[in-house]
Amino acid sequence: MGGLDFSGINWDEMLDATIATLKMIAISGIFTIILGLPLGIVLYLWGKSNNVIIRAVYSVLSFIVNILRSVPFIILMVALIPLSKSIMGTSIGVLGTIPALVIGAAPFFARLVETALREVDRGIIEAAQGMGASTGQIVMRVLLPEARPGLLAGVTITIVTLVSYTAMSGMIGGGGLGDLAIRYGYYRYEKEVMIIAVALMVILVQLLQMAGDRLVRHFTRK
Amino acid sequence: MIELKNLTKVYGKGSKQATALSALSLSIKKGEIFGVIGHSGAGKSTLIRCINLLERPTQGEVWVDGVELTALRKHQLQVQRRKIGMIFQHFNLLSSATVYNNIAFPLRLAGTEGAEIERKVKELLFLVGLEEHWNKYPAELSGGQKQRVGIARALASDPDVLLCDEATSALDPQTTDSILRLLMDINTKFNLTIVLITHEMHVIQSICDRVAVIHGGGIVEQGEVAQVFLKPKHEVTKEFIRSETQSEGPLREAIDAVHTGYTQAVKITFLGHKTYESTLSQVVQGTGVHFAILHGTISTIKDVPYGQLIVRFEGPADAVQVTLTELTAQGLDVEVIS
Ligand SMILES: Nc1ncnc2c1ncn2[C@@H]1O[C@H](COP(=O)(O)OP(=O)(O)OP(=O)(O)O)[C@@H](O)[C@H]1O
Ligand SMILES: [Mg+2]
Repeated sequence: MGGLDFSGINWDEMLDATIATLKMIAISGIFTIILGLPLGIVLYLWGKSNNVIIRAVYSVLSFIVNILRSVPFIILMVALIPLSKSIMGTSIGVLGTIPALVIGAAPFFARLVETALREVDRGIIEAAQGMGASTGQIVMRVLLPEARPGLLAGVTITIVTLVSYTAMSGMIGGGGLGDLAIRYGYYRYEKEVMIIAVALMVILVQLLQMAGDRLVRHFTRK
Repeated sequence: MIELKNLTKVYGKGSKQATALSALSLSIKKGEIFGVIGHSGAGKSTLIRCINLLERPTQGEVWVDGVELTALRKHQLQVQRRKIGMIFQHFNLLSSATVYNNIAFPLRLAGTEGAEIERKVKELLFLVGLEEHWNKYPAELSGGQKQRVGIARALASDPDVLLCDEATSALDPQTTDSILRLLMDINTKFNLTIVLITHEMHVIQSICDRVAVIHGGGIVEQGEVAQVFLKPKHEVTKEFIRSETQSEGPLREAIDAVHTGYTQAVKITFLGHKTYESTLSQVVQGTGVHFAILHGTISTIKDVPYGQLIVRFEGPADAVQVTLTELTAQGLDVEVIS
């Protein structure tokens, strides 16, 4: 590893890129949850319905979610460039990548929500039904609180996934640390910048995972 | 209070169909503790879950307090269900909520206002003896304590009916007794109708007023506990009672053993205050026959004492006959066994 020279790194640029990455993760994370949580709840509820029509709608929805999840993010991102342009007015930079990040992560998160909700003991739901709880009350007062550790674990996994997605979005000029790493490391062979950028992302993932684990532990009552 | 009319419940479709209840009818009176006993798979859980429609019967009607639940729309049913409390074998408490919040749960569902919730929960905590544990999570409680939380939660909405699905099956005998005593207390205190299902005759004997024996999805025998318990008719009932007492083998041998002279084996049943009286010894003093006790139980059904003895009388045939007649005249139930 001889010949590495970190003295030429532009630290201002590095800081800007870090902030850009954090912004992308925060904004796309919030929208992923806003979209994915209700979608996951709906998947859960429809998936166990006895109604034939609802079951059919569930199958369709589930199919769409699977497709979105099986398309590699890099391809999804390119395919969504026109959509990003029409929603955000641009397809590059922090704002330009948000739609692709959200559409890539929300179905993934929705599945994690669905799985977490399925883990909730059936007996508890029945007890609530027996007390006259409506479906809305069961969701808000039983399912979400009981599944909280699982949901938080899902949020953690999703945000960590978003970190790697933001890195990939550098390929299409998405901004942030991934963009920096690709521009310097891949196109200009300045591997020092790439190493620092990657190291920062590794640290970010570690911190996020630790914070997530801590929250999960705090809310686990079993 | 509760009327089940011709309930049929079929699970599954096509070739996987299983009939859990077949045209079952049952009538439960206000304020009584009604027990349903049956073997595993007999349909007990299905039956009790049909009462609050957690399980919808395939056919038949469910009436609770004059309202036909099976005819209600979803929202109306939700309102009616608040008047029916339920406790479960595995407690089914919210693991993410404290004892306090578990008990407050049904009140919050019903939109009760804050001060009232607090008053009510405190009262219930006191009733079930968990004042000190109000801020604990279910995972920090013993099984018996969890069931107390379950009972408090079920009582929070002032129900008219309490359904107990194997409420003591996951508890040890001592804890079982304390929970049964609590159920009996709230039955008298609130004139609450209690329906409980169990596979233990002991539970029925301890607290029930009436009992029904369920087998293969139908009721095969029902009546006052003392009557069913002391004079079982159906084979399944007899089996439950036998398993509660002891094996018949050695007893049979004692009855059938050859003796010199005239002997007669009989089963004598004492009920109520007769149990503790000296009727038997007075009668044999008069007739001069002797007897050996081959088997005996003296216990209580709910709070009523009873005794059941199998004795072998020895003596002149006519003196033994007089003894039996006299015992019957004294109000004991005498059944000759050969
Ligand atoms: N959800 C279900 N789907 C299909 N069959 C079921 C279902 N629930 C119960 N059954 C069947 O219905 C019958 C009665 O079951 P039920 O649970 O009422 O019995 P139980 O008397 O409560 O038994 P246990 O003492 O084991 O709890 C059984 O044969 C069972 O296999
Ligand atoms: Mg059962």
